[in-house]
Amino acid sequence: MKAFEYAAPRSEQEVLELLSAERGRTEVLAGGTDLLGLMKKMIVTPERVVSLRQVDSLQAIDANSQGLLVGAMVTLDDLLDHPASHAYPALQQAIRAIGSLQLQSQGTLGGELCQRPRCWYFRDGQGLLAHRGAAVAEGDNRYHAIFGNSGSAKFVCPSRLAPALIALGARVRVIGPGPEDETIMPLEHLFRTPKDERQREHSLETNQIVAQVLLPAADGRTSAAYEVQHGSGPDYPLVAAAASLVRHGGVVSEVRIVLGQVAPTPWLSNEAAQSIIGLRIHEETAEAAGEAAVSVATPLSNNEYKVQLARVAVKRALLLAAGLETGGF
Amino acid sequence: MAVEYTWPDRGQTSVLGGNHDKIDGPAKCTGAAKYSYDINPEKMLLARVLGCPHAHCKIKSIDTSAAEKVKGVHVARAIKKPGDVVQWQGDLIAVVVGETEGAVAEGLSAIKADYELLDVFVNEEDLKAAEAAKRTDKSGGKVQLEREPDDNDKDFENQEFERLFKEAAAVVEGRYGIRAITHMCLEPHGSTCDWKDGKLVAHLSTQNVSGTAGLFAGPLGVTSDDVTVHCDYIGGGFGSKFSPDPWGILAAKLTKELNRPVKLMLDRDLELKNAGSRPSGFADVKIGADAEGVITVWDSHHWSTGGFAGGSVPQDVMPYVIVPPNFRRRVTNVKTNTSAARAWRAPNHPQGSAMSQTAIDDIAAKLGLDSYDVFMRNLVNVTAKERAGVYAEEMKIAAKLMDWKAKWHAHGKGPAKGPIVTGLGMAIHTWGGGGVPSGCLIKIHPDGGVETFAASQDLGTGTRTVIAVVLAETFGLPISAIKVNIGSSKLPASSPSGGSITVASVSESNRRGGLDALAQIKKLVAEKLQVDADSLVAKNGRIQDKNDAGKGLSWKEACSLLGMNPLEVKGRGAPGPKSKLSSSGVAGVQMAEVAVDRETGVVKMKKFVAVQDMGLVVNRKTAASQIYGAMIMGIAGALFEERIMDPKTGAFLNAEVADYRLPRLGDIGELVVEIYEPDSERARGVIGLGEPPVISPGAAISNAVCNALGVRVGILPITPKQVLETLKARNA
Repeated sequence: MKAFEYAAPRSEQEVLELLSAERGRTEVLAGGTDLLGLMKKMIVTPERVVSLRQVDSLQAIDANSQGLLVGAMVTLDDLLDHPASHAYPALQQAIRAIGSLQLQSQGTLGGELCQRPRCWYFRDGQGLLAHRGAAVAEGDNRYHAIFGNSGSAKFVCPSRLAPALIALGARVRVIGPGPEDETIMPLEHLFRTPKDERQREHSLETNQIVAQVLLPAADGRTSAAYEVQHGSGPDYPLVAAAASLVRHGGVVSEVRIVLGQVAPTPWLSNEAAQSIIGLRIHEETAEAAGEAAVSVATPLSNNEYKVQLARVAVKRALLLAAGLETGGF
Repeated sequence: MAVEYTWPDRGQTSVLGGNHDKIDGPAKCTGAAKYSYDINPEKMLLARVLGCPHAHCKIKSIDTSAAEKVKGVHVARAIKKPGDVVQWQGDLIAVVVGETEGAVAEGLSAIKADYELLDVFVNEEDLKAAEAAKRTDKSGGKVQLEREPDDNDKDFENQEFERLFKEAAAVVEGRYGIRAITHMCLEPHGSTCDWKDGKLVAHLSTQNVSGTAGLFAGPLGVTSDDVTVHCDYIGGGFGSKFSPDPWGILAAKLTKELNRPVKLMLDRDLELKNAGSRPSGFADVKIGADAEGVITVWDSHHWSTGGFAGGSVPQDVMPYVIVPPNFRRRVTNVKTNTSAARAWRAPNHPQGSAMSQTAIDDIAAKLGLDSYDVFMRNLVNVTAKERAGVYAEEMKIAAKLMDWKAKWHAHGKGPAKGPIVTGLGMAIHTWGGGGVPSGCLIKIHPDGGVETFAASQDLGTGTRTVIAVVLAETFGLPISAIKVNIGSSKLPASSPSGGSITVASVSESNRRGGLDALAQIKKLVAEKLQVDADSLVAKNGRIQDKNDAGKGLSWKEACSLLGMNPLEVKGRGAPGPKSKLSSSGVAGVQMAEVAVDRETGVVKMKKFVAVQDMGLVVNRKTAASQIYGAMIMGIAGALFEERIMDPKTGAFLNAEVADYRLPRLGDIGELVVEIYEPDSERARGVIGLGEPPVISPGAAISNAVCNALGVRVGILPITPKQVLETLKARNA
């Protein structure tokens, strides 16, 4: 780890003042479960680390009839335990699936969304795009992207909450770079597929931070998240899917289906959504939605099995969201 | 009367064979136990090493000048020189010593090196590619045929195999294998070395306290008497920690040079890259069997890699345990740009098992027979014929514990619950586990205190506790009355802990020494009480008449007869065929029940049964713990664990705990351990058991998955990817 300056500001404004506009000079510390490892391996080498721990405005959960407003520094455990989060089964399931007391109690909502990819070429210091995608394309890409991978970026977005939150229609409040600057945008817009090594996998400028996540009121919307996990612990899932539904008389009138661990960003599948809208959810329609989701899959040399997993994950997320049995473990 | 070195009969014991907590358990649970990594002498400097980023290259230059200028750095030095060839990613090329972690890290990052890249090969699974890359060499084989050729037989061997396969009721051909895994000790390799007044004290994480002092001495230009190796506690060894390693010697040289203590522990990724792996093993196997499933003919070619220097799983573990009368086996070594293999808990046996007992199970599938019956019938061909009966008994017990007969269904024919299918599989194994001559010094103080000393080590498996149980039994004392001193090379030389030899070795020496000491104490008591020493026994904290408990002295009173000085007795083990205290050679049977999700390829352990003999059991609790641990480690190798190399660059891609997949608590299922200790086994004396139960899990679990799916996932670990690709290939 390179020596660095540690800053612990007490307000959003102070945070923004301490963050540099220059890429790589400063890093934001939330729970630290990812950043510390990256710093120790010198994948990131900031001169200053800005901790958000003492910024009160980032710690709160506010629930009202409009929905839920969750501060970026709220821990996953606190979010899980908050009564208002029970209206969002997909979110609850996604947090529980993380399967690590340490990550749940130390990890924060903002940190979970902004954690860096697990791509082993990136973690080996070869850069996010690892030789313009060649390292992954010609290497071992068993855990890499099967969607949105035609450019250099072939890693997968590691966030385990993003699919559920995006399915639930979450928005984020981003602050900075200026002290008065703030943007509220759909969560899916936080993520982007970088085109060159100067870009990160988030749309944030280096002197912007995620301040809050806003979840609209559930309003009869049902939801679920399903992860295909190799084992039962905190390892990242092989593929994940989340779905949220509004049904009238059993017929799907609104649906959002989001896959995780399959693309450089959370993967909102319009194909899957289109296939199920206007139908009732049962084994066959759910399976057809899975099939529709993977119709645009472009697996790499070594990860075709993930296409099957994506198909199943979508099916099972839909069945779960409809309160049906998935048949799996 | 000469002392007879035996164990008390069953029913005549006080603590031997009971369930005892580890005597060092509280120290470990509270953190009082200090591991080598915990040793932080005053004024200690930190050393870290730099691993080469390339898997195969020639060093052009290494420039440490900028690193030397980093504040807090004392030494920055190249380990390799220009022209040296690096053969695996992570090989050590430079070292930095400094005051703080930060200074050392910054120093490391300031080192500049230039390399000339050379061709890389890491994918030994692909034999054709290995041959094309000229990375193979034949390493021999063996042919055994029942029939002798006569003078006119030309090409007898091939014709005979052809005939045998033709006459077989069933023939199976398949590719089986298990990928390389690495050591993953919780405490990485390394040491804290301290040079004082011309002598070295090395706190080394080692499973070889006695044997490593001499290995430090030569490179430091001193003799072994000037070296003390300490290791009170060790966070895992599993066969990878027998020597100081180059980085241990480096730390020792640096402490001598700098005259300050130096700690050098490997970082996790360098640990995985450098500190040893278990060779892979892949095999093309063709076997034939009669209609009952008894294997009549075997023909195999296996290949694997022991790293850059070649080496392989040796021929003699193929076929494994069940060896038909006619067989042919060939071996090819593959050289890869990976670090050298090291002994890994039961070296070569898990691979042999995974490459051959799977093929035997495929014969059962082909003939539509119950795998249990097929394994039972094939016991006629177990290598250790005298153990066939033990295997049979263990199979019966395991089957009962698994409820095998009720659960059994033909391969791929079980009921499905949605996408979930279940299956059963089994495997059998063998191991030595005999002791080697080891020493100890037993001191009995006039106030009744008992101490024993040996330069042994406790890998976490319970060496201390075993020694205490042996001496407590011998002296008729509670376990807490025995003070066990191990972990320093200055103590009487003892065996390294490898090959499952420790328990037999230390039990031998302490029992012998203990009985010798007891004889002397009995003699003193006999003189005092005017009785025959042979009539005395050590029991319930007393030396008393065997028929009249009232006639005797308390242990303390008896010891007071020693006078001013403690009684010191050396114990020396004499394991071997004549010993009644220890023996070698175990069997063992394991049965697995799994559930497989056919849609995702995820395999879940439902139940896992191990029946294991080990001769005489010293401490039932730690023995069972060994088996539980081995089963969990076996599940790892069967379902999760593998070293993943980048095919192009040879980078070790998952060399971090976060990426190196291991099972978690929820992946273990129900473990059932049954220790098989009938009188006939108990009479053989103590046999080590650290290794045998880790052998069968791969084959047993693979067989269970095959039984569930009706198709063989030939290569371990059986990940969702492997399962789905296998199912897809079958359906194609």
